[in-house]
Amino acid sequence: MRPARLSVVSAIAAVAALTAVTGCTEKSDSKAAAGAVRVTADDTSCDVSKKEFPSGHVELAVENKGSKVTEVYLLFPDDRIVTERENIGPGTKATLTAEVKSGSYEIACKPGMKGDGIRQKVTVTGGTAAARSPEKDAAVAAYRKYAQEQADATLPKVKVFTDAVRAGDIEGAKKAYAPSRVGWERTEPVAESFGDIDPLVDTRADGLEKGQKWTGWHRLEKELWQDKKLSPDAPGLADELDKDLADWQKRVGTAVITPTSMANGAKELLDEVAAGKITGEEDRYSHTDLVDFKANVEGAQQSYELLKPVAVKNDAALVTELGKQFAALNTLLDKYRAGGAGSGEFVSYDTVREPQRKELSDAVNALAEPLSRLAAAVVK
Amino acid sequence: MDDQTTEGSPEATEGAGPGTAAGAGSATDAADSGAAPSRRALLGWGGAGLALGAVAAGGTVAAVRGGDRIEPAAESGAAVPFHGTHQAGIATAVQDRLHFASFDVTTKDRAELVQLLKDWTRAAERMTAGRTIGEGAYGGVAEAPPDDTGEALGLKPSRLSLTVGFGPSLFAENRFGLADRRPDALVDLPGFPGDNLDPARTGGDLCVQACADDPQVAVHAIRNLARIGFGKVAVRWSQLGFGKTSSTTPGAQTPRNLFGFKDGTENIDGADPAALDRHVWVSAKDGAGWLAGGSYLVARRISMRIESWDRTSLQEQEDIFGRDKGEGAPVGKAHEHDKPNLKAMLPTAHVRLAHPDAHHGVRMLRRGYSFTDGTDGLGRLDAGLFFLAYQRDVRDAFIPVQQSLARSDALNEYIQHVGSAVFAVPPGVRDTGDWWGRALVS
Repeated sequence: MRPARLSVVSAIAAVAALTAVTGCTEKSDSKAAAGAVRVTADDTSCDVSKKEFPSGHVELAVENKGSKVTEVYLLFPDDRIVTERENIGPGTKATLTAEVKSGSYEIACKPGMKGDGIRQKVTVTGGTAAARSPEKDAAVAAYRKYAQEQADATLPKVKVFTDAVRAGDIEGAKKAYAPSRVGWERTEPVAESFGDIDPLVDTRADGLEKGQKWTGWHRLEKELWQDKKLSPDAPGLADELDKDLADWQKRVGTAVITPTSMANGAKELLDEVAAGKITGEEDRYSHTDLVDFKANVEGAQQSYELLKPVAVKNDAALVTELGKQFAALNTLLDKYRAGGAGSGEFVSYDTVREPQRKELSDAVNALAEPLSRLAAAVVK
Repeated sequence: MDDQTTEGSPEATEGAGPGTAAGAGSATDAADSGAAPSRRALLGWGGAGLALGAVAAGGTVAAVRGGDRIEPAAESGAAVPFHGTHQAGIATAVQDRLHFASFDVTTKDRAELVQLLKDWTRAAERMTAGRTIGEGAYGGVAEAPPDDTGEALGLKPSRLSLTVGFGPSLFAENRFGLADRRPDALVDLPGFPGDNLDPARTGGDLCVQACADDPQVAVHAIRNLARIGFGKVAVRWSQLGFGKTSSTTPGAQTPRNLFGFKDGTENIDGADPAALDRHVWVSAKDGAGWLAGGSYLVARRISMRIESWDRTSLQEQEDIFGRDKGEGAPVGKAHEHDKPNLKAMLPTAHVRLAHPDAHHGVRMLRRGYSFTDGTDGLGRLDAGLFFLAYQRDVRDAFIPVQQSLARSDALNEYIQHVGSAVFAVPPGVRDTGDWWGRALVS
């Protein structure tokens, strides 16, 4: 865990400068203004009254004529949320407002509040438009979706872990510990961009500030492996972990993600490996570091694969090198799989000796160095 | 402990008489103009930098004979010419600081190895001239890490020399097709009695010796070469050194090792072409043609038991070395440079065992450094001598001398060899079209 990353901070600044929007939803369901865009939602459609409107103050007047609770979003081309409104019940109305610059957007209705929703492309005209690259927007949108999927898939796995903790089932909890972390580790730079969640769920004993209560995965890890018994606090800690990660799941779609932050995030994932996994510090009690290691690499590779169509135009040699080094590192990691290919299980890191750790470290260096140049290849 | 190994000091290869002082005032080109330019100043210099190189490279045999690489009393900020018949960093006047790194080659692709050597050469040309590598340390694409790490900005060239060597393992069968190019003299060193070698401080496929008068400049060079090499090579081990323990300019004050004794009183003079040709430079007639103009380097990390030594009586210390501590005079003599009477020394005295007279006149060019890596967990100084010696053939030089020392040297009670490596050091890079190891891998 660590405080907000430099890349995230600079990404926020960049995006603020580019697009500028304050999204907010009205507290009440007051009547829509005359110039509002009417959005009529039902269980299978999402109609908008106009697909082109001027920049500036925009108001969406939503009416849910379907049978399911719905959500309505105004989205950037990279799927980042401009403004949203959840929990619009059947037969009810809601109003969303935002200051919007000119450009292409989408309006999405999500009947049942699930999935990608039913989408309509809309165009905002006039004023100055932020320059956009469809390729980069597609990469960011796909990565945003990936981050959301990882969070969605993580919660049930965490529940297996926390249920076992609450039940006092030490063996069950140990078994569920590493799998519960995979989604988080794959998207760690995004997860860490919510600076308040990371300290609650992924802090290690030596990362605690004075007066900070130790919560999250590693506290339970210590109880399970080192103390070999669960403390009276354990069920409460399990509840908090569920709650904090549910918060992450809910907010992950709002993270500021740019091509640059994706590229730097990939490099940061390798930094995570170099700083905590190679040394065995991350999972010092359970020695499941290689599971986290693999997840970090997978997350980095996801960013890279999505950015590849952009990067290859600017620096084909770099893309070739990255493909080679990802393959080399993955091949090396495969040597440590405990349950056969694809099992997701890896040998205990305390059985990995110094020369092998050196070999892993060398492979991480070989990948991280060219990966540090991905952002430049993407922004050119 | 009974560790008996040796060669604790570069007394090992003393020559017969005092070397000629290399001319205290004969600064080379860059230094002539007074204060050496700073790195920043050199950034904009392109042409001038090349001109310096051209003067130094000279290119002709005559110039080479006249003292190529010799730069005895250059001001400490000056640039050492990179191009020449021999690599800089051997006969070059010994600088104050060292960062030595040994690398494993991790790529299996010969073309990648060749490219690495070319990339390293280009980077070394720039860094030894005091310039940044690539597009510099700032001002490039904001989203990318700079090509140069930047910690040497504003520092002078500081007589940085970069010297490359090839370890025996690089020539292994089925690696890069170099097995039949391995010189006979590039032997694996035998085990010596008392060795306690740490695999993590031993061997390596490639080495780079970075010497400079400013430690930051030496570290910057190794750090950036390692960075360029990631994915093709990996650092196996490295060693920082300070306080040179021998001098290739014998006229200067003789440095002392961490035992407080003067070392290298009569080391091979870097300005003595005859001695260099006879003892240091490999000749085409020696076998491997690609190595002509090169040399062989032995690197040994020798740990010193500092606290035990410091509790040893002065008499015993002097007896062990065969010299007095103050003047550095051999036993029974008055002055440091007096010819030693070996028979007057104890049979186990370090100088007696290491002296060329005890080894058919064999000499090595030593340019080792003291090191300390702080203290160990018991509060003892983790220190010693990082022994570096260049020679024409290790089978005639380091190996027999070390065998003798390992067997009998009284100093063995206070030292232990804990790291070891041997490298074939190729000849110099001739010009901007040439590169390290071209004759080997082309």
